[in-house]
Amino acid sequence: MTGATGATGPTEPSGVGGRRSRRPRRGGGGAAGRAVPLYIVTGGRSESGDDLDSLLLDLVTLVVARSTAPDAGHSPEHAALLRVCQHPISVAEISAHLGLPFSAVTVLLKDLRAGGLVELRHTREAQRQAAADPDIETLKALIDGLQRL
Amino acid sequence: MDYNDSDPAPGPGLGPRDEDLLPASAEQSVKVVIVGGFGVGKTTMVGSVSEIRPLTTEETMTLNGVGVDDLGGVETKTETTVAMDFGRVTLDERLVLYLFGTPGQQRFWFLWNGVLEGALGAVVLVDTRRLEDCFAAMDRLEDGGVPFVVAINTFPDAPVHPDDDLRAALDLPGHVPLVSCDARRLENGLVM
Repeated sequence: MTGATGATGPTEPSGVGGRRSRRPRRGGGGAAGRAVPLYIVTGGRSESGDDLDSLLLDLVTLVVARSTAPDAGHSPEHAALLRVCQHPISVAEISAHLGLPFSAVTVLLKDLRAGGLVELRHTREAQRQAAADPDIETLKALIDGLQRL
Repeated sequence: MDYNDSDPAPGPGLGPRDEDLLPASAEQSVKVVIVGGFGVGKTTMVGSVSEIRPLTTEETMTLNGVGVDDLGGVETKTETTVAMDFGRVTLDERLVLYLFGTPGQQRFWFLWNGVLEGALGAVVLVDTRRLEDCFAAMDRLEDGGVPFVVAINTFPDAPVHPDDDLRAALDLPGHVPLVSCDARRLENGLVM
């Protein structure tokens, strides 16, 4: 995007605009480089904050495709999303790989889930409960796993 | 250089590399958030623990005059983009840990609904040369009821203070662990 992407060192830019413009993007994403405006990608929809759906998707909710082919009427972005989740992958990773904001990914994912094309593992609701009342088995697995590294 | 820049390099193409795929049995994920001021080493810590090259996710937020600037009754509505670097550790066949480095210099990162919510815990990374940079983040964690540890990133030229003085300066309750670390080293990142 700009020549500044080669900068080294812990020089986080101070402004939002600077950060966006110098951030390299996969898939030509980012506000400036995105070929298709976000409102087209999401069909003009945004994530509604207070319905039951908001309990569904956390940054770390794992997504697994149940199909390789999108439905008729799905966009290229739906197809790309389905492609990256053939193995379990978090919503945050999908957002990074496709160069789309988290909220745009959640809109697309809800479409795919409505069509039965993806399975969601460990939803936001489950995250919330697990954090409020962590179960001992998970904590043990966490500590064991870290000690093996 | 022995640290990770905040801007991860772009990958070769769309989607994760074959060697970065999670096992098909992965079914549960946990989230730990690393907070701290500008340039304190959040991205470095994410990178030193992560098994994948750190990635970046972003969110665009609309702010309805969040009560910081009083513009005399004029309704304000602005957009801001918050980007976060994150890494991943596959703990076993079913459990995956994600580490998020929050952008400390951006005032509104905590409005990203769900970043702190559901987090198992947080690491507050502190540079003793700029202690006050982490105050806002600590307030957010306390408000959100997220358990945290405070980690002093031991920069070579940063002053060393006794723990008691640091605890007093940070107004740290006795139950909150205070440790020193070198964010560049994996084994130090794991102590958290």
